Amino acid sequence: MTAAAPRYTATAITLHWLLAIGLVSIGAFGVYMHGLPLSPWKLRVFSWHKWAGVTAFLLVIVRLGWRLTHRPPALPTSMSPATRFIAHVGHAMIYVLMFAIPLSGWLMSSAKGFQTVYFGVLPLPDLVSHDRVLGNALLQVHQALNIALAVLVAGHAAAALRHHFIDKDDVLARMLPR
Amino acid sequence: MKNCTILALLPALGLLGAAASVASAAEITAVAPDKSSIGFLIREMNVPVSGRFGKFAVQVSFDPAKPEAARVSIDVDTASVDAGSDEANDEVVGKGWLNVKGFPQAHFASTSFRALGGNRYEAAGKLTIKGHSQDVTAPFVFVPQGAGGTIDGSFTLKRADFSIGEGSWSDFSAVANEIQVKFHFVAGAAR
Repeated sequence: MTAAAPRYTATAITLHWLLAIGLVSIGAFGVYMHGLPLSPWKLRVFSWHKWAGVTAFLLVIVRLGWRLTHRPPALPTSMSPATRFIAHVGHAMIYVLMFAIPLSGWLMSSAKGFQTVYFGVLPLPDLVSHDRVLGNALLQVHQALNIALAVLVAGHAAAALRHHFIDKDDVLARMLPR
Repeated sequence: MKNCTILALLPALGLLGAAASVASAAEITAVAPDKSSIGFLIREMNVPVSGRFGKFAVQVSFDPAKPEAARVSIDVDTASVDAGSDEANDEVVGKGWLNVKGFPQAHFASTSFRALGGNRYEAAGKLTIKGHSQDVTAPFVFVPQGAGGTIDGSFTLKRADFSIGEGSWSDFSAVANEIQVKFHFVAGAAR
């Protein structure tokens, strides 16, 4: 990595890693809590998952705003146009899922008749009404979107490692904190 | 047992009340179960979750002109509970919550009625759930419609008073102690 190599802004790096840790944690939490038998503990962890999800959703909005107003460094020219295209599509899909997943969770909560009340204080409006069939359908959607994100994130991480260890370019380094 | 004796007298008193006001056009004596509802609202992690009972029977004698003579007796089929989700329904019929096998009926019997002014009234009575009895008062609004009318009201009970939600559920931090009960009766003059 040369000193002149373009880097992501400190804000972009912070948001990237906050969401990387946050989304993996929230996703793992979701897998864990889904199998729990009904108990006060389950009600608690579901609420925590939702509060964390709303927080992540807000961070994603900030992040998209930053991304749209701050052009990221270009991908290295050593990459073929096809590979660069795949990278851009992959990034765009991750952004879409980062919006779609909390949104599907929000809708699912409404459809299941369990409104999202942020930190137990701020009720989010129910965008759909209580409907058991719709609730179960949205659960499937929420799970499928999460599996898609997990696959994309695994590919994203694998690509970053490949850039660093095989291609030996600065693609990973420019997203790492200095 | 004392309560039971008093309760057993209530239908007789109700009949007296009905006989005394037989000339009144607006006296309510029948409730249409298919148009009526008994629901509840409970806060779980401060999230209001609504539920309902699908099966109940109401015996009523209510004349808005003579509210003090009114009588009501309500039997609720506890197994008809819908707590909002399949998972919650499996839980609330169990021993720790409503114990619907041991206590298939919840019961309300009025002891007195009074007018609050306008079309507002208040029913006081004894609510029995899961073998526990408590005095409750429920304000309601009566809106006359033709020969009958609609009755809408609510009251709040504390689930701990009735051992609803035992064991780990007896902690109120996840599921609140207060349960708001809401009733909507469409009533008519049957006779």
